[in-house]
Amino acid sequence: MNVAEPASALRRGWALWLPLALFAGFFALVMVGLYKPADREVASAFIGKPLPQFDLRPATQGRPGLAFAKFTDGKPRLLNVFASWCVPCAAEAPQLAQLAASGTEIDGIAIRDRPEDVAAFLQRNGNPFAAIGADDVSAVQLAIGSSGVPETFVIDGKGVIRHQHIGDIRAEDVPVLLAKLRAAGS
Amino acid sequence: MRRLLVIVLLIFAAPLGAQDLLPPAPYANRQLDNPALEAKAQALMETLRCLKCQSQSIADSDAPMAGDMRSQVRQRIAAGQDPEAIRGWLVERYGDYVTYAPRMSALTWPLFAAPLGLLALAAVLLRRRFKRVGSA
Repeated sequence: MNVAEPASALRRGWALWLPLALFAGFFALVMVGLYKPADREVASAFIGKPLPQFDLRPATQGRPGLAFAKFTDGKPRLLNVFASWCVPCAAEAPQLAQLAASGTEIDGIAIRDRPEDVAAFLQRNGNPFAAIGADDVSAVQLAIGSSGVPETFVIDGKGVIRHQHIGDIRAEDVPVLLAKLRAAGS
Repeated sequence: MRRLLVIVLLIFAAPLGAQDLLPPAPYANRQLDNPALEAKAQALMETLRCLKCQSQSIADSDAPMAGDMRSQVRQRIAAGQDPEAIRGWLVERYGDYVTYAPRMSALTWPLFAAPLGLLALAAVLLRRRFKRVGSA
């Protein structure tokens, strides 16, 4: 038992610092969490999978509704999930207009929206959409793994989801989306 | 007087938020008529995460999207779908994040293995200690 004495003393000295070390570790963890909060966006796990079968009524006058069949004509396009009641959806309008002007076909899905509100929204912010389907109970939104508005999906010519952009499209996102569209077309 | 008027006006002002004006989905806030099916749906809804308000389950949340998810869950249960199949359908779209009941996977197996490992370690340590006491 005498032989073990120095070793246990040594261990006790080390144990003395353990609470401080634990506290330092905990403090570091809290600071990291404060300054670099975790990503709270829920990315779709449905990339690389085909769109589900759906057929949505027109969300407003002047544009047709949206059905799955449209996405299998061989041409890649953007699918924009938006709503008139969503503020960032208005913020991305110039970028959508720019994409539409560059020859990209953009189809929209309006989430839980009234026709008159969609019309007013398009009146205010411009209308880059070829077709707009009304998703009154978020059914298509849930079926493609979208967790909010706005979100933009790159769909290839066979109706397969190739890319998801979460949140409003900023100026710097436009080249990324164009590149993804090109990649989906090849 | 003017201040009072402002206060009264504020009380009756409709809050302008990022909310839609559509009525909720058919089964968002309405229970299924069959109590057994409703219980099944409720149990499932309590373990599905609301994607808009991520520390609430869809059973707890007032977000319109959570209402739409509740309606889907109830309608699928009423149509005879298995709760775990519905959970699987959502996990396929949103990943494991959408469920509060963790499943065993390549990423999550340590969650299940760690307690067993700790128990085994404790058993080994205790056995050694008892042996030492026994031999002394």
